[in-house]
Amino acid sequence: MASDKKTLFQKIWDAHVVTSIEDGPDVLYIDRHLIHEVTSPQAFAGLEKRGIGVFRPQNVLATADHNVPTKDQHLPIAEPLSRFQVDKLTENCAKFGIELYGLGHPFQGIVHVIGPELGVTLPGMTIVCGDSHTSTHGAFGTIAFGIGTSEVEQVMATQCLMQSKPKTMRINIEGELANGVLSKDIILYIISKLTMGGATGYFVEYAGSAIRSLSMEARMTICNMSIEMGARGGLIAPDDITYEYIKGRDFAPKGDKFEEAVAYWRTLFTDEGATFDVELTYDAADITPMITYGTNPGMGIKITENIPTVADLKEESGKASFEKSLAYMGFNAGDTLIDKPINYVFIGSCTNSRIEDLRLVADFVKGKRKAPNVNAMIVPGSKQVEKQAIAEGLDVILKEAGFELREPGCSACLGMNEDKVPKGEYCISTSNRNFEGRQGPGARTLLASPLTAAATAISGRITDVRELLNA
Amino acid sequence: MEKFVKITSTAVPLPIEDIDTDQIIPARFLKATTRDGFGDNLFRDWRYDNQNSPKADFVLNNPNYSGQILVAGKNFGCGSSREHAAWAIADYGFKVVISSFFADIFKGNALNNGLLPVQVSDAFLAVVLEHIFADRNTQLEVDLETQTVTIAGTAISEKFEINQYKKTCLINGYDDIDYLLALRDKIEAYEKTSKYLSLVGLNQEQEIEA
Repeated sequence: MASDKKTLFQKIWDAHVVTSIEDGPDVLYIDRHLIHEVTSPQAFAGLEKRGIGVFRPQNVLATADHNVPTKDQHLPIAEPLSRFQVDKLTENCAKFGIELYGLGHPFQGIVHVIGPELGVTLPGMTIVCGDSHTSTHGAFGTIAFGIGTSEVEQVMATQCLMQSKPKTMRINIEGELANGVLSKDIILYIISKLTMGGATGYFVEYAGSAIRSLSMEARMTICNMSIEMGARGGLIAPDDITYEYIKGRDFAPKGDKFEEAVAYWRTLFTDEGATFDVELTYDAADITPMITYGTNPGMGIKITENIPTVADLKEESGKASFEKSLAYMGFNAGDTLIDKPINYVFIGSCTNSRIEDLRLVADFVKGKRKAPNVNAMIVPGSKQVEKQAIAEGLDVILKEAGFELREPGCSACLGMNEDKVPKGEYCISTSNRNFEGRQGPGARTLLASPLTAAATAISGRITDVRELLNA
Repeated sequence: MEKFVKITSTAVPLPIEDIDTDQIIPARFLKATTRDGFGDNLFRDWRYDNQNSPKADFVLNNPNYSGQILVAGKNFGCGSSREHAAWAIADYGFKVVISSFFADIFKGNALNNGLLPVQVSDAFLAVVLEHIFADRNTQLEVDLETQTVTIAGTAISEKFEINQYKKTCLINGYDDIDYLLALRDKIEAYEKTSKYLSLVGLNQEQEIEA
């Protein structure tokens, strides 16, 4: 019978259902709750109003990332509202008994960077956070997704969440990736095919030989952007690459417990014959360096393609939004982006700020120098990434190439802290969103991979990295 | 949470697709630690220029349109999970958002705040917008009990879907936390069987504490 064949997602979901409500959602147990300063204060206030505490404080982990400056972190935060919000997190964590890796702590960093690097994120878990990029943790074969603040309060109060089971989708990427094509290009390619709302209501499993060949950090980049096509989350079945990554990390099971864990994790895969509501397959050979031209992550093209025209749109109703988007970006339909001058390059965010990203960029820019017009900023995802980069001498290489290596945080991804892109300027960004004003009011964001960003910084104009790699 | 039964009101048309939560409330306005006051910055960068002057061409600055219902293009509320988006819309005075498609997280956040997301067909959305643009005094009736949205004074109406549990919560003003708190025994029983908690040693600590 097909019905006893389960998908990876179903196995993990079913193992976490505490009870089900008739005609309603499941009550899902949450193994780990990650919190940060922006989406938690109202939840703590809600608990206080109810006169209750955090049910399982040891299952909650906190860090400060969205509001933190990426310069002079040893000094108090200059911006009063940011400082107040970060201080409020410190106060709430102390009051409710929650472990906090705040500013100055050697484990501080972007919440979706520190969970995996500390070994907190493990296969088969449920993880939530008041942040839509929580899907990042799905790279480990984990059900991980973003929630709102009322739900943050729910999980704090009960370690459970009311959730209706989403539909399932599998996306297979088969074959080998060409030189200069990164996992960021895979996910931008997928989103450009599905569009921004194309996976809404689904939980996605990424599979296929191209996905299996990726490192854990590259897999995280893919799962990270699942939300950008509307998916509730995305996950990848764990394998030896996963176990090797986890082994020995601070919070990972050790010794016999680790062996017991691996034996369990090996059961976490989609059974042969299990069915998905939707299944799609793409050829890795068709994926090239990608870039976005519009104001949502679905508006992506191969870097050598021209910007589409209204005639290319699938639906007439999208015309006004498409034209609004191009007007904001200052682009014309049918134009090429290649050789367009760029003054800002941002390498960082929960999508691409891990040590492999920094290594890749440093390796590429070694012995080169950024173009004089470019302001190139590279922001490690955590204190541990920063420390590792310095230990490997990457800081020196980046500095010699004219890149500014900053201190860890969400930085210029979201226009919340001091790091912003000025009005009207274009920025090649390795982050996840190119919405209007995302990097600051009037800023124009083009999403791309760390290699495309690095190549553009060197030439000062939008560059197909393959030309430099093959030169 | 305030109870929701039925709303009859004029509506504000915003026929743009893929409106993300960064447009609804930009990140730089997320620094408050309470739920109040976000309405002032609703659609901030569409509503005001960089001198903080209202932009005349944006619908919230158009005196012709007002009401408790926002009618928006497909895929409303995509992007960031920030509940501040739902708070901003509710704080501004909207009780209902009508669209032909909603992003998941936004939909959940709206429901948790008594703001009703009403998903209608593309065709019905187009008809509603047509009526509002033809006559700004067009009234819409949104009835949660019967799950219908109707253009008042006409026979033009459409049923909408809503999870029955959430419907009960909205009509009675219940919230999920009250329900979950009552399940404590079941949650504790689950924890004793949890593979994850046993692997990382978290359930043992809890048993010692208990």
